[in-house]
Amino acid sequence: MRRPWLAAVAPYAWLLVFFALPFALVAKLSLSHTVLAMPPYAPQLDLSKGHAGILAFVHQLSFATYARLTSDRLYVLAYLSSLRFAAIATAILFLIGYPIAYGMSRFAPESRHGLLMAVILPFWTSFLIRIYAWIAILKPAGLLNQALAVLHLGPLSLLNTDAAVIIGLVYAYLPFMVLPLYAALERQDERLIEAAQDLGCTPVQAFWRVTFPLSWPGVAAGGLLCFIPMVGEFVIPDLLGGSDTLMLGRTIWTEFFADRDWPAASAVAIVLLATLAVPIALFQRQQAPLLERPGVLS
Amino acid sequence: MRTGPTVFNRLSVGLGLAFLYAPIALLILYSFNASRLVTVWAGFSTRWYAALAQDDQMLDAVWVTLRVGLISASLATVLGTLAAVALVRSGRFRGRALFSGMIYAPLVMPEVILGLSLLLLFVALGLPRGFWTVTVSHATVTLCYATVVIQARLASFDVSLEEAAQDLGCPPLMAFVKVTLPNIAPAVAAAWMLAFTLSLDDLVIASFTSGPGATTLPMRLYSQVRLGVNPEINAVSTLLIAVVGMGVLAAGLIQRRRENPG
Repeated sequence: MRRPWLAAVAPYAWLLVFFALPFALVAKLSLSHTVLAMPPYAPQLDLSKGHAGILAFVHQLSFATYARLTSDRLYVLAYLSSLRFAAIATAILFLIGYPIAYGMSRFAPESRHGLLMAVILPFWTSFLIRIYAWIAILKPAGLLNQALAVLHLGPLSLLNTDAAVIIGLVYAYLPFMVLPLYAALERQDERLIEAAQDLGCTPVQAFWRVTFPLSWPGVAAGGLLCFIPMVGEFVIPDLLGGSDTLMLGRTIWTEFFADRDWPAASAVAIVLLATLAVPIALFQRQQAPLLERPGVLS
Repeated sequence: MRTGPTVFNRLSVGLGLAFLYAPIALLILYSFNASRLVTVWAGFSTRWYAALAQDDQMLDAVWVTLRVGLISASLATVLGTLAAVALVRSGRFRGRALFSGMIYAPLVMPEVILGLSLLLLFVALGLPRGFWTVTVSHATVTLCYATVVIQARLASFDVSLEEAAQDLGCPPLMAFVKVTLPNIAPAVAAAWMLAFTLSLDDLVIASFTSGPGATTLPMRLYSQVRLGVNPEINAVSTLLIAVVGMGVLAAGLIQRRRENPG
């Protein structure tokens, strides 16, 4: 093709209208205030009045909603607890994801393909359904406690606690941690380990001094790929968490659907986005190429 | 020399897979439970599947979800192919950074934000929410996934084949359609599958952008799940898992046969 950039026109225009423009609207709305009307916010931009309309509109925008967010303890707590949940779950994911990915990369190439498929397959099954499955397991009279009773242990009351949220996060995001780690480990040159061992390293030393440092791009990719969406997670805290489990994704949902406070929902979204902007930029700059390798997503 | 997996390696992979599959297996098992109580086994029964066939609201939701998925995945695949071509084939063009930013950001952005922002757009445009707003929203998010999948395949395709076709007198666009497209077809199919599954699965974006008369299956399931576990949900989940699982396995087998024919 002579001008391949022409292919960009349609998707570019589509994303400008349905991705970039909506964000401008969220930003605008976070500077508005609520009113009892439909849509439930003011001011409205009135272009029919021309210049005066735009000026009047700009004058009515204010940072009042943000001031309200920072002074309300509930929002601050939700913000901190979202970061905490995501950080704890990412750490656990790394601890259990790494041995899995490393183990997979040790298998012969013929069996690796099947193992890779096996890890990806749950990702294709519905997120909602996979979280729902945990309700039956963690319920007070659920399957976990039935199993524990056989062993004369328990019962544990896990459902509707923060622990259940962590379990749900770890479960749902495990493939996202394992895949980049596996991609980074699988293509390591075997001879590097041999060289390290020839030079007197024990296998354990060779792992810590060669394999692990070389897998850092995978660690970073997996961490970001899990951490970023987990901060804004809604389904997991809503179904597995208790009524006191605070997470920003849930706050946005409640502000929007229950309280009909659209400016507050927008302001929380902007705060969330501002927090995630740095990790998202990091993810794009360095880690996206890892995902582009054939076989990881397709 | 490769030493092969140790006991520790086998154990970690085995436990990892058990952790991933046990909840799904239990969910499927209890969809065949005779009791209304999801967690008490009372014998094998298919009564919940029969109940499902009578549940008009659920069937409606399935129908809406399938239509949204088919249309949005097709839109996303066409747009995603174009975007992948632009990203792989053209070096620098004005606005490329913004373009690739808009492709990658939705992959990790919390769905709640995507849903809220799209809803605000539809409200600002004065569009009534319903079937088409959900479809357009899903197409927007899934086109980014489609782009990434197709881009990977396109990047490894040898451009000189297309150039050879052009040297032999094939017009540029025709060369792309006749030479490149068949070659990247498996990735295009995989991208469509991925987009379709993501659409089938989405609760959050659909909840924001949907309106009366366009309740998707995840929305319907969510409202039921909030009321507690219920074997009918297990039954519909099992069917969904079966359909998606067979689709993915078939796609995997086709791709495998292409790679090593014979």
